[in-house]
Amino acid sequence: MASTMTQTETLVGKRVRRCEDPRLITGTATYVEDIQMPGMHYAVIVRSPHAAALIRSINVKQAKVAPGVVAVFTGKDTERVGQVPCGASLPGLRVPHHHVLATDRVYFVGHPVAVVVATDRYLARDASDLVEVDYDVLPAVADPEKAQVQGAPAVHPEWPDNIAFTFHQEGGEVDKAFAEADVVVKQRITSQRLIPMAMETRGVVAEWRGADRQLNLYTSTQIPHLVRTLVAQMLGLEENRMRVVTPEVGGGFGSKLNVYAEEALMGFVAMKINKPVKWIESRRENFLCTIHGRGHVDYYELAAKRDGTILGIKLKIIQDLGAYHQLLTPVIPTLSVLMMPGLYRTRNVRADIVGVFTNCMPTDAYRGAGRPEATHGIERMVDILAGELKMDPAEIRLKNFIGNDEFPYQTGTGLLYDSGNYAAPLKKALDNVGYVKLRQEQAEARKQGKWMGIGISTYGEICAIGPSPATPAGGWESATVKIEPTGKVTVMTGACPHGQGEETTFAQITADELGVGIDDVLVIRGDTAIVQYGIGTFGSRATAIGGTALYYALQDLKAKIKKFGAMLLESDDVTFSSGQVICDRTGKSKSLPEIAAASYRALKLPANTEPGLLSTRFWEPPNFTFPFGAHIVVSDIDGETGQIKIRRYVAVDDCGNIINPLLVDGQVHGGVAQGLGQALWEQAVYDEHGQLVTGELMDYAVPRAHMMPWIETDHTTTPSPVNPLGVKGVGEAGTIGCSPAVVNSVVDALSRLGVRHIDMPLTPEKIWKLIARGKLK
Amino acid sequence: MIAQKFEYTAPRTLDEALHLLAAGAKPLAGGMSLIPMMKLRLAAPEHLVDLGKLKDLNYVREADGALRIGATATHTDLESSPILRAKCPLLAETAAAIGDVQVRNMGTIGGSVAHADPAADYPAALQALEAKLVLKGSKSERILTAADFFVDAFTTSLQPSEIICEVIVPMETAGTGTSYQKMPQPASGFAIVGVAARVRRSAGKIALVRIAVTGLSNRAYRAAAAEQTLEGKVGSAAETQNAAALVSQGVDANSDLHASAEFRRHLAVVHAARALTVALARTA
Repeated sequence: MASTMTQTETLVGKRVRRCEDPRLITGTATYVEDIQMPGMHYAVIVRSPHAAALIRSINVKQAKVAPGVVAVFTGKDTERVGQVPCGASLPGLRVPHHHVLATDRVYFVGHPVAVVVATDRYLARDASDLVEVDYDVLPAVADPEKAQVQGAPAVHPEWPDNIAFTFHQEGGEVDKAFAEADVVVKQRITSQRLIPMAMETRGVVAEWRGADRQLNLYTSTQIPHLVRTLVAQMLGLEENRMRVVTPEVGGGFGSKLNVYAEEALMGFVAMKINKPVKWIESRRENFLCTIHGRGHVDYYELAAKRDGTILGIKLKIIQDLGAYHQLLTPVIPTLSVLMMPGLYRTRNVRADIVGVFTNCMPTDAYRGAGRPEATHGIERMVDILAGELKMDPAEIRLKNFIGNDEFPYQTGTGLLYDSGNYAAPLKKALDNVGYVKLRQEQAEARKQGKWMGIGISTYGEICAIGPSPATPAGGWESATVKIEPTGKVTVMTGACPHGQGEETTFAQITADELGVGIDDVLVIRGDTAIVQYGIGTFGSRATAIGGTALYYALQDLKAKIKKFGAMLLESDDVTFSSGQVICDRTGKSKSLPEIAAASYRALKLPANTEPGLLSTRFWEPPNFTFPFGAHIVVSDIDGETGQIKIRRYVAVDDCGNIINPLLVDGQVHGGVAQGLGQALWEQAVYDEHGQLVTGELMDYAVPRAHMMPWIETDHTTTPSPVNPLGVKGVGEAGTIGCSPAVVNSVVDALSRLGVRHIDMPLTPEKIWKLIARGKLK
Repeated sequence: MIAQKFEYTAPRTLDEALHLLAAGAKPLAGGMSLIPMMKLRLAAPEHLVDLGKLKDLNYVREADGALRIGATATHTDLESSPILRAKCPLLAETAAAIGDVQVRNMGTIGGSVAHADPAADYPAALQALEAKLVLKGSKSERILTAADFFVDAFTTSLQPSEIICEVIVPMETAGTGTSYQKMPQPASGFAIVGVAARVRRSAGKIALVRIAVTGLSNRAYRAAAAEQTLEGKVGSAAETQNAAALVSQGVDANSDLHASAEFRRHLAVVHAARALTVALARTA
């Protein structure tokens, strides 16, 4: 690892190994569970075993006197703590009061009811068994369609219809489109509830320094500054006396883009017992009490001409919200509506959402957050249409793509797609997979009674979220760049990467702009006492927005460096390049360390220039960005067992300019893995009593290495005009493109049985039943 | 996910271990089933005796005309044992199909067999092999057939202070072929169904056939009707299919989130046919 102060080879665009990795792979990174403090106590949360019940009484007497216990708190004690916040504001939204500890009733299994605090975690766990809660169990409802039936149990008694909101949006002339159509295809399509399953569960360490009125909160989060603002409010604390520190985070995927009851609760506990306190979520708690993903029942209608031109789309979404709202719960399905037309030209769209309460954990953002559902829907519908019209699925897509000359493109849902070249990744994917030959092979295979399928998905995605008026808390991002007196560089990003790799990519950008070595740059994030206010990392925004803020801060510094260089070289004609300011006339130069030293020593200053080298920028994006791509899956089905084997997985993604191709590959691999999980194996299942049946990893099948196909990644590059880096975003794209390609391939394999749709996950039993039924025909 | 407090002893001799068990302690081998149950507080033994440190319980050897496997041999030990690969490939193949690498490095044949999970893999292989189990208490020693050992789901003939010490597999005669075919549950790795087949040909006819099924019912069992159909036959594809078709008969089939009873019955037939086909091909 050479440490150089000048650098001539550019790093942006190169497969640079990650700066994060040495500490991660040697086990020397600090996660919240690694934090130890003198006098630290441990908290265990007592949770409701019932999905719906009244709390008649809670008896904590025995727990309070158990060995090691210093305190037990219930909802009565936390009455004055503010409610768990919902950041969404939809017209007519019904927002249940949700306290950090239940007061008079519980409405989902896992609902926190009491917290036991002891000197060690074992004694806390033992004592938690001694808390006696007297419940009056009530009937529960766990299915969003059943919850809407007359007479279904009311999740919240004030709203017996279980409806939290309805939402309507339309564009163009939908009725006319459907009236003029030669064909209308309709389909019910589900995107099942999922468990985000970050490898690291949630955890919090809270430390209260009473004399300073200072609360330090260490939490595994994606949004440290927002957590600070909101939790300070909940606890009635001055925001500037609260510090949130994000240690290493073992995955978030949206599930840590939130403010959870436990974060405020641990702050409350620390303030009460005057000792630091730690709470670490068990895997079982994580399944029950960290937000779930998806939860859609969608009804689609697609109107088209006989030649395959799509005329219009109607969509009804029944969103399973869960029992209350976490930070963005009601917003997620509105993102599906925004992307309902996908890459297709039609502007005639109509969408209705019904947000339904169920006695389950709330749904919220999970990798893709509304866009996988929308893409799955439209890509399935296009295949169904292609089947109806006996058109090739690639041809029908090419026919309906927005043309290259039509950008920026105003969609019927009110978005302005920034740039696109939709045919390019599809053609590349068809080429890479060998489409023509595969279709020939498939024809042969069909004659032999084999089940071989080819599935295409061409996806569009909305990310780099987003322009502040369109977000609940602001969508800009911030960056501070400091050059120290010795010329070393520190970047403080308001983004909060938790695996994405900006510690490396931001160092690459900085190294290139300033002409320093990558090892001379340190990228810091996640500590609100060090880093200026930032929004955080989610919605594939860190590079597009955070990287742009960084870029502008770097331009400020370059200008100042040039000024100091010009002063030191006594010439106005200078160039800044490769870490040197060079006099054009004499060729004499000053290095960055020399300039930095001079700027801080301030023996002499250029006109109208302050000492030092530091710049902070906040960048407000004028638009979202819109990555796109094509995924093609070739699958073979074992007709006897229904098992699906993915023979080929080809992904061609366009995320605009690429800072580090190694990291982009990693994002695509991870995104596809989670897409495969949804398509083939995963489902969070609640029974009719609201019990989470898939409560353990023994029953919830997350993809593991031996289950993964080889992913053939490729790219096209269509820069985004939205930001100077030309970057779009890629964190969620893999997940978005994946599931429809998989399902399309399996439906294609079974099409000769008359199968036109199968809901995820595509379990062997589902597939076998279709084949067995088909054989009876 | 925190277990209740317990005492832990790691004795150096088997006798010491058996005495502690007689006094009420519970045995711990690989812990791959017991520890998760303790963490979920589904089990709360007060005293654990670690058998894993007893070196004289971990072996694979040929002695007195049989293969003898020590109870604390891990699945990895069995999977990689040159003796088993050569002389009892069915056991090596079955061990390789268990769980994942980490589980196989820790889990033991004795622990797995004593736990008797209805979806575990060994119970099918052991019954197809007509294996025996040596059970020891502090004052007793007895030998049971595998068939007599598995009584019900998580229920065996083990007395409270007994442990399995050894698995005895009779030496195989030439001309025998075996196979273990399994449909794993994708989350747990356990068998939705698993079928172990063992066949011997003599003068072109099937002289011996043993078919054992796991995962389908409350315990692994020998599919007697299927076996009888194949005895004396040549072993054609049709005969194999006909035999396999009988494999789920007369048995109560499990139904759960991962597979209905109907699907399990069907899978048992499919995997029986595959196991028999491969086993017959291996008799050459």
